[in-house]
Amino acid sequence: MLSIDRLRIDRRLLEHFEWPFLSIVLLIAGCGLLTIFSATFVAGAGVSPYVVRQAVWIGISLVVLLATLSFDYRRLDRYGIPMYAATLLLLCLVPLLGTSGGGARRWLPVGPVSLQPSEFMKIALVVALASNLHRWAGGPRLALRRLVGPVLMLAAPAYLVLAQPDLGTVIVLGAGWVAVLLLAGLPLRLVFAAVLVIGAALPYAWEHLKPYQKQRVESYLHPQSDPLGAGYHARQSKIAIGSGMVHGKGYLRGTQNQLRFLPEQHTDFIFSVYAEEWGFVGTATLLGLYIALLARGAMIAMKARDNLGALLAGGLTAMIVLQAVINVGMTAGVLPVVGITLPLLSYGGSSMMALMAGVGLIMNVSMRRYVF
Amino acid sequence: MFGQHEASLALRRRLRLAAVGALLAFSVLLAQLWILQILQGREMRTLSEENRIRLRRVEATRGPVLDRFGRTLIDSRASFDAMIVPEDARHLESTTEVLAQLLKQGAAQTQAILDQAAGRPAFQEILVKRDLEWDEIVALETHQLELPGVSLRITPRRSYPYGSLLAHTLGYVGEVGKQEVERDWRYRSGDLVGKSGVEREWESELRGIPGGQQIEVDALGRELRVLSEVEAVPGNTLVLSVDLDLQRAAEDAMGEHLGSVVVLDPRSGEVLALVNRPSFDPNLFVHGIHGADWRGLTEDPRHPLNDRATQGQYPPGSTFKIIMAAAALEEGIINPFTRISCGGGFWFGNRNFRCWKKGGHGSVAVHQALVQSCDVFFYQVGQRLGIEAIAQYARAFGLGLPTGIGLEHEKAGTVPDPAWKRRRFRAPWYAGETVSVSIGQGYVTTTPIQMAQVIAAVATGKRLRPRLVRRIESPTGEVVREIEPEEIGTLPLRGTTLLQLRSALADVVNTPGGTGKNARLPNVTVAGKTGTSQVVQFGEKRPKSADLPWHQRDHAWFVAYASVDDPEIAVAALVEHAEGGGGAVAAPIARTVIAAYYRLKEERGAKQYAQH
Repeated sequence: MLSIDRLRIDRRLLEHFEWPFLSIVLLIAGCGLLTIFSATFVAGAGVSPYVVRQAVWIGISLVVLLATLSFDYRRLDRYGIPMYAATLLLLCLVPLLGTSGGGARRWLPVGPVSLQPSEFMKIALVVALASNLHRWAGGPRLALRRLVGPVLMLAAPAYLVLAQPDLGTVIVLGAGWVAVLLLAGLPLRLVFAAVLVIGAALPYAWEHLKPYQKQRVESYLHPQSDPLGAGYHARQSKIAIGSGMVHGKGYLRGTQNQLRFLPEQHTDFIFSVYAEEWGFVGTATLLGLYIALLARGAMIAMKARDNLGALLAGGLTAMIVLQAVINVGMTAGVLPVVGITLPLLSYGGSSMMALMAGVGLIMNVSMRRYVF
Repeated sequence: MFGQHEASLALRRRLRLAAVGALLAFSVLLAQLWILQILQGREMRTLSEENRIRLRRVEATRGPVLDRFGRTLIDSRASFDAMIVPEDARHLESTTEVLAQLLKQGAAQTQAILDQAAGRPAFQEILVKRDLEWDEIVALETHQLELPGVSLRITPRRSYPYGSLLAHTLGYVGEVGKQEVERDWRYRSGDLVGKSGVEREWESELRGIPGGQQIEVDALGRELRVLSEVEAVPGNTLVLSVDLDLQRAAEDAMGEHLGSVVVLDPRSGEVLALVNRPSFDPNLFVHGIHGADWRGLTEDPRHPLNDRATQGQYPPGSTFKIIMAAAALEEGIINPFTRISCGGGFWFGNRNFRCWKKGGHGSVAVHQALVQSCDVFFYQVGQRLGIEAIAQYARAFGLGLPTGIGLEHEKAGTVPDPAWKRRRFRAPWYAGETVSVSIGQGYVTTTPIQMAQVIAAVATGKRLRPRLVRRIESPTGEVVREIEPEEIGTLPLRGTTLLQLRSALADVVNTPGGTGKNARLPNVTVAGKTGTSQVVQFGEKRPKSADLPWHQRDHAWFVAYASVDDPEIAVAALVEHAEGGGGAVAAPIARTVIAAYYRLKEERGAKQYAQH
């Protein structure tokens, strides 16, 4: 899979190495390492194992990234669906062989580590959708009958992930799916209509749920262990962010973080930790990095040499950016709290690896723009 | 399609639109951050500095466990713990000193609290003393002003009103392990979880859902008010199939013996009573067991923590002859009239396999061979059947596999065959070993619950999974789930074979020469089979069990069901290292239990068992 030879032979490929995008990604991941250090910092306890593990994961992920650069992305036209199927298979294994953590069964033990197939599914879904839709994505509008495949592609993993249960990931999968389909020509009106119908049906459906079902839905919505968690943590998170003011309280000096007022400090609420320490200057800079990632990703997609490349780069960029927007929106109190990590910044090996694979594919599209 | 050198115009237009849409989303976020960090920053900074809202967990009351008639086997009562928040205690040391006086605690305990306080964030509560006495509670309440940061926490505490009765099956609770806390978000360190038995297996039903309170505290940490509260949801109630009265009768019947008694309803597989001896008091575990108590339990050579009913693996001895007779009749090795001559021994290879009766039984057919438990008859039958066929029938009766009663670490016992021996010992199977297995000795081992299942299956022809829990009820008493009987399969025997077995087992108890006559009852026809399994192999001269050192004595078995015509109770009684054989020691226990069952049934009126 990893063919450095090929990279070496094709000099044009190296000349067009996508440095800007990779640099943005590495800057964000670096911010992540610093913030994970702070979020897991205990005075006198030395460097927390989370930081070390995250650094190792970034290293491994870079190798994965190189691997995703080594082949021409156009091969995904054929291999996209099989790759998706393999990931789906892994996801199916989770309820059978998986291990639990944080109240949900999400991990698959692989040797000494555990992988989270749902993270890889986020990337695999976009790849599969792109390879399925790119032939018809060129026109002004996508024919409705083209939707059957994509709907199934979303439904299968969404069902499995919802059963874990992991509402956050399902939302990300759904949002990514909508993004790719909109790019492929799904009329925006249709999406609005769907949202309206579902929105209107929800209260009605809620009335007809059994008490234990309601309880289950509520526990999806409030994944924290404290029953008051959702409201409390959302509030504490806003206090953390706001109290950073313009310049922040300084690195390792965030009281909301150090006094453990924040939940999931190194994963879902890492942005609050960062914002408390670095203030508006820091948050604006970090959002700037994500905007840069968005801009560069969109540019790569627009300059892609074919529809497949455009859909791939556009879809993957959308997947990363959407997740970032939802996470920051949730910690800043714009969106309700669901369990979603901040991509490239939050702690998590599988997530990092999957994201870097996605980043690699975006770079792949960019670098093969000139290779015919 | 791959001929193109750029993406289609429409696609690029949509990409641009999407990017603009994402930019809009980012501007909303930036605006919100502007509001939070700049416009409201000062206010938020103050809030973070004066953050005095604490989250407190409210423990859910663990669900009770009842017997089949609704009598409480495990309960939760309120208990008061003294807690301290170091950050809120003005001077931690002086406060702990006052506390120590009020709670009659020594310097060592006070120091332990201070040590704990040094090791973690100052706002976290520390447990000072669990389960306060009433006068201690009053003392703390009256001195509240001298004790900033000290509070009482009400928690439900588990209690086992009958102590050691049914202890292994009910299990006990203990503090949750560190790993579980990391793995499962529902747990916090300090939470009590089921550690064994029903408490462990039905943890998710019993546990309930903890609630929580948001509490505002003043600058000294005294609680000002509860800002909001989510009530805890108590755990569900488990209704067991066990009948407390019958359980007591079985415990009494066991007397001072070691071993186990398993009582099943053969029609449903329900466990009516389950005795394990020696036992222990689960109340010892509720507060965290003391080192001395724990050592006493783990170092006791009689292993009181062992659940013998499901984890004790014993050679079944002559009770195994039930399976041998079934296999031989079914395979056509013998018919009901085939006679084999017993002269008190059986030469095989160059070894004499003795019958328990020195003078021999003379010429016997299968019926009498079972009634008198003739060893030689079954040596010959076993040798003709071969080990593979024996193993096949033993498995068909459910041996060699856990019964699936739903208790952790249930053992499978051993059904030996050549493949098993190769795996286990890397040695070939010897024909002489088949002879030993034929009378339930040698490598074959079973658990008491398995033997109860075997005799229940003989009674009905069906194998039902032993079942402990009948019903799960919500805290308000609504039925959440009924647990239905589960049929595992039927015995692969012809009707005539079953009838043959049942008539022989009835005669074991009810004819003068029967080995099980000690189980006879005046008003009910009992059927059963004795067993005496050797713990140590002896040569030609086997001493009497009572003359041997305790740990070398035989195990005594009796398996029985009643009544013969309308089976509704099946019993397996095992006495470890008994002073006599199965007929002398175990059969009277089974008789007492069966008698108690019918007495209770009469007292309650015949229908009550069915209704409950």
